[in-house]
Amino acid sequence: MAYPAFAAAADSSSVQPGTGPHSTSYLSQGSTSIFSPAATPSHWIFSLSMFVLAITLAIFLIVAGLLTYALIRYRHHNLETYNEPAQIYGSNQIELAWTVIPALIVVMLFLTSSRVILATQDTTKPADAVDVVVIGHQFWWEYRYPKLGIVTANELHIPISDPAHPTPTYLEMSSADVVHSFWVPRLAGKMDVIPNRVNTMWIDPPTPGLYLGQCNQFCGVQHAKMLLRVYADTPEAFAAWVAEQKKPAVENPKDPSVAEGREVFLHSACVNCHTVSGTMANGRFGPDLTHVASRDTIASGAVNNNADNMKKWIDDPSSFKPGALMPPMHLNEHDLNAVTAYMMSLH
Amino acid sequence: MADFVTSLPSLEAIDATPAQKPRRLMTEILYDWVTTVDHKKIGLMYIGSALLFLVAGGIEALIMRIQLAVPHNTFVSPEVFNRMFTMHGTTMVFFMGMPILFGFGNYLIPLMIGARDMAFPRLNAFSFWVSLLGGLLLYYSFIGGSGLYGAGTAPDVGWFAYAPLTAKAFSPGHSTDYWTISILLSGIGSIGTALNIVATIISMRCPGMKLSRMPLLPWLYLVLSNMVFITVSPLTAAQIMLMFDRYLGSHFFDTQAGGSAVLWIHFFWIFGHPEVYILVMPAFAFMNEIIPVFSRKAIFGYPAMVAASVGIGFVSMSVWAHHMFTVGMGAGANVFFVLSSMVVAIPTGIKIFNWLATIWGGKVRFATPMMFSVGFLFQFLIAGLTGVMLAAAPFDWQLHNSYFVVAHFHYVLVGGILFAFFAAFYYWYPKVTGRMMNERLGKWHFWLMVIGFHMTFDFMHIPGILGMPRRVYTYEPRPGWEALNLIVSIGALFQAIAILLFVINLIRSNYKGDIAGNDPWDAWTLEWSVTSPPPVYNFATTPVVYSRRPLWDIKHPEDPDWNYE
Repeated sequence: MAYPAFAAAADSSSVQPGTGPHSTSYLSQGSTSIFSPAATPSHWIFSLSMFVLAITLAIFLIVAGLLTYALIRYRHHNLETYNEPAQIYGSNQIELAWTVIPALIVVMLFLTSSRVILATQDTTKPADAVDVVVIGHQFWWEYRYPKLGIVTANELHIPISDPAHPTPTYLEMSSADVVHSFWVPRLAGKMDVIPNRVNTMWIDPPTPGLYLGQCNQFCGVQHAKMLLRVYADTPEAFAAWVAEQKKPAVENPKDPSVAEGREVFLHSACVNCHTVSGTMANGRFGPDLTHVASRDTIASGAVNNNADNMKKWIDDPSSFKPGALMPPMHLNEHDLNAVTAYMMSLH
Repeated sequence: MADFVTSLPSLEAIDATPAQKPRRLMTEILYDWVTTVDHKKIGLMYIGSALLFLVAGGIEALIMRIQLAVPHNTFVSPEVFNRMFTMHGTTMVFFMGMPILFGFGNYLIPLMIGARDMAFPRLNAFSFWVSLLGGLLLYYSFIGGSGLYGAGTAPDVGWFAYAPLTAKAFSPGHSTDYWTISILLSGIGSIGTALNIVATIISMRCPGMKLSRMPLLPWLYLVLSNMVFITVSPLTAAQIMLMFDRYLGSHFFDTQAGGSAVLWIHFFWIFGHPEVYILVMPAFAFMNEIIPVFSRKAIFGYPAMVAASVGIGFVSMSVWAHHMFTVGMGAGANVFFVLSSMVVAIPTGIKIFNWLATIWGGKVRFATPMMFSVGFLFQFLIAGLTGVMLAAAPFDWQLHNSYFVVAHFHYVLVGGILFAFFAAFYYWYPKVTGRMMNERLGKWHFWLMVIGFHMTFDFMHIPGILGMPRRVYTYEPRPGWEALNLIVSIGALFQAIAILLFVINLIRSNYKGDIAGNDPWDAWTLEWSVTSPPPVYNFATTPVVYSRRPLWDIKHPEDPDWNYE
């Protein structure tokens, strides 16, 4: 299958750091249009959409045209002098015609839709497929790579899939709390992420790049800022990312503020919810922070990941996401700076 | 048919009301309305309460549109925004849509079938008051409930309130309970009135009015009332189960204890989708009355129209899971619901074609009711076609829960149903009050509404295509989102002004409108044979009919309809 070239356009967006908390150049760059498909499932849907649009547009033009014609042709202004027009009560032949013709169109649309449904849902998983477990949380995403032993959050890295040797990524999705929905429009249609249930979908972008999306099922106060970022990496870049993520947390005792921040972190409530591998912090309620500094964003894609934003976030998450479940930590300025320094050291 | 001529005077009601009514105390008038069992007064109270809720729901919509006019807006907090869309949806469906359709049905059905009242007048009053209580409780939640943690009052779980967000764990406080109880009460009222409508239509038609001679409006109400029985029951059951989960420790929807979130989704949409057809049936009904009168022709294909309505009623019961193409059903279920959903397009198409054929060859008068009807025809056509797009499951995998869907169903609810209700207001207002609504204000209302509607809901489709989900209190300025959202918000303002003009027209015309007479539109159904406003007892003597258009027969004794039916 041929892929449009525009996938490459999103590429550049993954490497420009922004400045402000809502730096538009960075967070919102890149299309989320369903009409710029960049993977097989979204491409199939795009083709079907164009077909359905063409049919419905044709129907609209014909019916609206007839309606307009009738309204103009049979309009009547002079109410004083009119006689009642000829009364026509119906015609079985005509009724039959405008029952059968739409029925045929319905059959055609049904068959074309069914083809895409079966192609998307009834595929066999290739041996080289990458498995990712997606867990929706209020209001962030947890990603686990069971075969690779990686746990990360909010930024999903997948390898690109060469159409000649496909390595699609299979997402096994469930939720830790309420219903969410995973929607990255350029990669595939959405799939709901439902507690006590596992749904599966697959994506296979052939072009490296950053693909954006967001939670698509209302899940509580901060549904709006439960954003999705999918990084499709070249095989080499993906391998490098995997190698980096597998390492335990970076230790950097040379920098005194980092060492101090580490102590504050490990002796405060942070550890109840967060994991930093290699330390005693193994909470599961919030995102894994082992490599938090390696991510481009924090707060599930809501703001850029830099020391300023990190500090504000630790101090009071509601400054970016009112209603986020992380409580304000109420650290003094000194400890706050130290913990921020520790976070920013976790590459 | 020899006795036909002699039966003519029987259609004229004898109005015994004294010309000069004695002035009465406000409390007496109030007592009169509160205790009435007259179908006309109950109908008007239904409509009046629905209009109040329309304004409340409209204000909630405006708050949302102000918030979304620009990205990263801070006009309202996320908590307030979430309450606004929950209240907007719940209000518009349960406390605007249902009451207004029952209001028109209550007022018109006995008059159109030649009856003196509904079959069960006391049940009628009970149903109205219990529904109203539901609406009042819903709004009382602004004071009495507290919602999602940190989220204050009124319900904030969305109008379809997906489990387990409604569980105690995720929605402490009482806002969800207010939501549940208000919908339970509304459901009781709906079932009561639906029962009443069915009984009235089955047993109280005047002599000569076989079902095949009944006007199409009662026909559509017969179908929709039967749908109410089937669809409101599962919703009520689900609400009771939710209450059990929240207070009695059951686990129907409690996923932490093995319950099923998908079960709620099924329950809700088994109600939710047919509900849309319940709401649209009155719109069809009004079109069936208004388009023929203003085209000066009998409805084209009456039997086909009846068959299509009954057909839609049946098929609409088997399409609910097209709201669930993304919950991970198997391919087989998806394929089935694609087919059943698309099949609805066939009877719906028959309706549009028959209206077109009714206009064809007629003499069309563009008075305000007809202008709103024309608006309905074009907008409902588009709404139907975007519906076909959404029925194609893979297309829906992209569009589901995006702003495209919001635009689609508002095309149905506003562009279709609300426009039809406006047409009905202008058409039957003279019958109800005895005075015409102002045509000039009516045309301003129409054109402002058309401009506002198309600015809002045409442009709203595109952010959905560009990946914008619904129910977000703010958004990133992604390519195209900013400008489109601003246009959508400006359109909402035009609609608000249009509806303000409409309300002014409603009130002003009651005092200053031209005197209407019994039959200002030169129409053909029985309600136009009595005085405007109709006397309490409707018909002094029971009318007898010989065709679908009894007043046509009287006006054209040389060429009566019974020769052709």
